[in-house]
Amino acid sequence: MVMRLAISGVVFALLVGLFWVGLGLNPRELPSPLVGRPAPAFQIPDLFDPERQVSQADLRNRVTLLNVWASWCTSCRAEHRHLLALRRQGVRIVGLNYKDDRAAAFGYLESGGNPYEIVGFDQSGNAGIEWGVYGTPETFVIDRQGVVRYKHVGPLNEVVIRDELLPLITELERS
Amino acid sequence: MRRHFTRTLRGALAALLLAGAASAAANTALLEFDNPEQESLYQGLVRELRCTVCQNQNLLDSNSSLAQDLREKVYDQVRNGATREAVIDFMVSRYGDFVLYRPPLKAETMLLWFGPLLFLLCGGAVLAYVLRQQKNRALEPIAAPEPPAAQTDPKPNRKKRRRGK
Repeated sequence: MVMRLAISGVVFALLVGLFWVGLGLNPRELPSPLVGRPAPAFQIPDLFDPERQVSQADLRNRVTLLNVWASWCTSCRAEHRHLLALRRQGVRIVGLNYKDDRAAAFGYLESGGNPYEIVGFDQSGNAGIEWGVYGTPETFVIDRQGVVRYKHVGPLNEVVIRDELLPLITELERS
Repeated sequence: MRRHFTRTLRGALAALLLAGAASAAANTALLEFDNPEQESLYQGLVRELRCTVCQNQNLLDSNSSLAQDLREKVYDQVRNGATREAVIDFMVSRYGDFVLYRPPLKAETMLLWFGPLLFLLCGGAVLAYVLRQQKNRALEPIAAPEPPAAQTDPKPNRKKRRRGK
């Protein structure tokens, strides 16, 4: 009887542990195969100057945040103020405007403020495919050598910025 | 009543299946291929590649805009003579193993592949344990047989026997 109770207790505890961890995971967060590899090649026109091309070369030489966004993406609005704050702190942010309308994208940046140093205009979504984008917003950290170091899917928040993004950026800038 | 219910259920299921088949057909109906091999390669790939936005659908079933773009990518590559491996490599190098409904066998996917076997073994162990317990109990000498109760009313017994026939 005691034995049986003990076994039930152990099984119950294991299940609680399994669900505790399992249900806490975010099923939308997939490990990106890009992390640890050089930034994928892409070439898209600049949002503000269609004559100019934005490519992976624009991500090198400085630690850079690549932020995938669109004016139609509601959770992008939620993280926008964080991007502006990061910009104020001196973080270099490059935008990838994903499957958007040029005028709508302009309007979005005009009313909400522009945290980006450069914005690439990826109308077809092909550059997004090169970057393995499956949901906006997505944020990558690229080091000076142009290697992808980190990816976050979904809107940035205080916790992610404080615990993951800023420490990583500081570390990469020091090295 | 029950029959009626089964019939309704069957009808609903059929409708559902038809709707699914129709939408799947609509997703590829207008594509042209150079030869039947290309077409079957394409058809196989869009069924085997998973949509990363709507995680429980393949590229063929999903109507998300990303799935449409990826179907187009697969189509272009197949038309340009890409092999199955090349298309799969393309997808995996961008979206990871997650896009495969048949993940490769490697250290991280061990649990995925052998998890079911593990569960089976656990279940088998529990079953064996329970069975052994029962067997032991059956073999235990039964405590001194109770003395037959003094002949009480035998009628209920008889009644039972009769009903049994």
